[in-house]
Amino acid sequence: MRYRRVVDHLEPYPLPVETVTTPDGTPLAEVTFAAFREGRIAASELRATPDTLRRQAAVARGAGREPLAANLERAAELALVPDSLILEIYTALRPGRATGAALEGYATRLEQEFAAVDVAAFVREAASVARERSGDA
Amino acid sequence: MRSRRFVAREQRELRRETLLRPDASLGLVAMDGPGDPLPSLVVRDGEVVELDGRPRERFDVIDHFIARHGIDLTVAGEAMALSTVELARRLVDVSVSRAEAVRLARGLTPAKLARVMCELDPVELMFAMKKLRARRQPGNQAHVTNLKENPALLAADAAEASLRGFDEMETTVGVARYAPLNAIALLVGSQTGRAGSLTQCAIEESRNLQLALLGLVTYAETLSVYGTEAVFVDGDDSPWSKAFLASAYASRGVKVRFTSGGGSEALMGHSEGCSMLYLEARCLAVVRAAGSQGVQNGSISCIALELSLPGGTRAVLAENVLAAWLDLEVASGNDAIASHSEIRRTGKLMGQFLPGTDLVTSGYSVMPRRDNMFGGGNYDADDLDEWLTLQRDWQVDAGIEPAGDAEIDAVRRRAARAIQAVFAELGLPAVSEQEVEAAVVAHSSLEVPDRDRAADVEAADRLLADRVTGADVALALDRRGFGEIAERVFAMQRQRVSADYLQTAAVIDEHGVVRSAVNDANVYAGPGTGWRLTGGHWQHLQSLPHEIDAASERAARVSGPAFVLTAAPAVPGGATDEVVIAIGPAFGDALRATISDLDHRDVLDALAAGIREAGARPRLVRIRRTSDVGQIAHDGAGLSGSRIAIGLQSKGTAVIHRADLQPLDNLELFSMAPLYTLASYRAMGRNAARYAVGGSPAPVPTELDNFARAKLIVRTVLLHRVETDAIEPDAEPLEAALVEGWA
Repeated sequence: MRYRRVVDHLEPYPLPVETVTTPDGTPLAEVTFAAFREGRIAASELRATPDTLRRQAAVARGAGREPLAANLERAAELALVPDSLILEIYTALRPGRATGAALEGYATRLEQEFAAVDVAAFVREAASVARERSGDA
Repeated sequence: MRSRRFVAREQRELRRETLLRPDASLGLVAMDGPGDPLPSLVVRDGEVVELDGRPRERFDVIDHFIARHGIDLTVAGEAMALSTVELARRLVDVSVSRAEAVRLARGLTPAKLARVMCELDPVELMFAMKKLRARRQPGNQAHVTNLKENPALLAADAAEASLRGFDEMETTVGVARYAPLNAIALLVGSQTGRAGSLTQCAIEESRNLQLALLGLVTYAETLSVYGTEAVFVDGDDSPWSKAFLASAYASRGVKVRFTSGGGSEALMGHSEGCSMLYLEARCLAVVRAAGSQGVQNGSISCIALELSLPGGTRAVLAENVLAAWLDLEVASGNDAIASHSEIRRTGKLMGQFLPGTDLVTSGYSVMPRRDNMFGGGNYDADDLDEWLTLQRDWQVDAGIEPAGDAEIDAVRRRAARAIQAVFAELGLPAVSEQEVEAAVVAHSSLEVPDRDRAADVEAADRLLADRVTGADVALALDRRGFGEIAERVFAMQRQRVSADYLQTAAVIDEHGVVRSAVNDANVYAGPGTGWRLTGGHWQHLQSLPHEIDAASERAARVSGPAFVLTAAPAVPGGATDEVVIAIGPAFGDALRATISDLDHRDVLDALAAGIREAGARPRLVRIRRTSDVGQIAHDGAGLSGSRIAIGLQSKGTAVIHRADLQPLDNLELFSMAPLYTLASYRAMGRNAARYAVGGSPAPVPTELDNFARAKLIVRTVLLHRVETDAIEPDAEPLEAALVEGWA
């Protein structure tokens, strides 16, 4: 891997409250316990958006942490992937669980349904190394 | 016959342990193993084609992963060209910044990283650790478990842990199905003691992820990696599955730290003939390549294996330093029991304790070790005062804060009540009043009532099925009147929205502000820089609840009117059967009892009785010009008709003197005041009288307690200071008597 020498832009950190929203666009400043208690915010909104995770990736990159940035970018892609599919893909990536074709199937779904291109590439890379290690390369 | 000293040494706790001669073929060598590869890196067309002597065709999954994600090829050429000793020197050179050291590490292979560590001696390793730590201020992590999985006790222990300043705490389960209950107990308890503590529940990966998705835990540390492919497969993972999992946690706003540590490959029978440190360097390269912000390492559960080998303690610290050099947050072990020997355990601890790491232990057992379900408890609840005292001794912040008994009782009770309320509100099996009370005061779960475990696990399953979230827990707390804890539990859910705590070495302070290696980076560059324990935090860490105040200690020792009366100046006596008891300036006046709390009147009675027993007569004289026991006695002897006197300090130190001896010489000295009883003073009186009547008595047997000084030197100083303050310079001795009559 090559570290990026040029950082796109430096994100302020911690992310300023006024710049962060929940997935449905509620500003973070309005995410209070009172609002939650009154039903104005759902529990499912208490999570980072893909954009927030990408900005955290930029913070990590700005601090010289390229692998952490790449991880957070994969996380940004996974933010929209349902829990059940995440658990399924994780299991498929464990040793001896899934065929190359099955992994390719997940990669395609990630790409097509969730625009998760980095994660898809990561799954394909795992499949190719598994293939090479089993002598099919 | 064998020396009894051999036998005594063999019976020490240390000798329960086995020491091994290194055997590289079994992976039983700590560092610098003969089977470790020579460092090499060959890059062709932007691709790594040889890594540490292995060509691409023979790469295992770990090599593949490191080659693709773990080495920064823009710096590799420069970094690999530097000699190991040159790299090592840069790590301990304060003029080379942490950032520069970290930049070079990005271009190094595992074999090179491990060999650089071999150039550093223990003190150099500690110095490198101090410089390379990611976050400015050291922290600590707690273990919170109990054998009965009692929720009230878990919550109370978690509350105490956060009150004591632990940044993070982890629980685990005896029975896997308990996980959601234990996670909730920790979540509620942790936020009761202090807002912002992070919590986790160590269980199987997919269950753990489930808890994280529900917001019942805020971080995970279960992502184990290994240094050989065979062990990785036995661990049912690959670098890609682990890295995917890390991204999955991050996608839900959960902080993740990987786990590795020397010795696991040897333990699992697949070390490939390599040293523990080299295999750990491979693990750490994987951890960084996977994009983890941090790692817990330092041998962890294999610590006793690594310590069986020469250089084991050094190699374990080298692991921690390597992780820090790779720019990872480090939770530096010291959790599993390293040795039976307290000396050895603490010797090992100093490597992390003195330089400070992001989390000095990977789990300080805040309950007694019998309740520690991690196999941990290297340091436990009963050791807390020792840990705090070591911090105070060294002026070092190792991540634990003192707290008073009343404050601890209060947060424990509040946490136990809060979890009782949550269980009631969520329809879980009730937490009884007896459980709450026991959770406040119990030493261990032995003293806590048993619960219906079948009902508990059934309820736990229902919680998961109903997808009860961390936010639901906050609502339950609020409905039962625990508004403040509810707000804090909710605030932990809210942290996931901004996800600031996904950055390296992030912890959350009591105001909800994230402090990480981004906004609170370690910038140590020599004396006067970096985290220094001074000011208010040093005041806080040094003020232990049981420390005493010199002024109040002095005041506490005086009550009621003085009971020694003084009259005319004393003149030399004529009676040859007279033994003078010469008392110090504060005796029976500013002080009333000896260091062992013998009442001064009783001491005088005992001395007088002894003197009379042996056929002489006592005479009481107050010496005012000095507090030195030899001078007091010598002055007394000069006034004594028999030329014999007993000098007596207020703290109880005594000496039998004769007028013709030098002031600091004596006939018999009784310097171990804490050991003396009234019988001892009576014996002193007898012997003094025998000298007076011309006898030649056997000296009173010497008593010795070499711990007396450690135990009582502080009180000695304080008592002696009172005596010295009572001195009237140049004042002549006075005849003295007891108010209530004597002699």
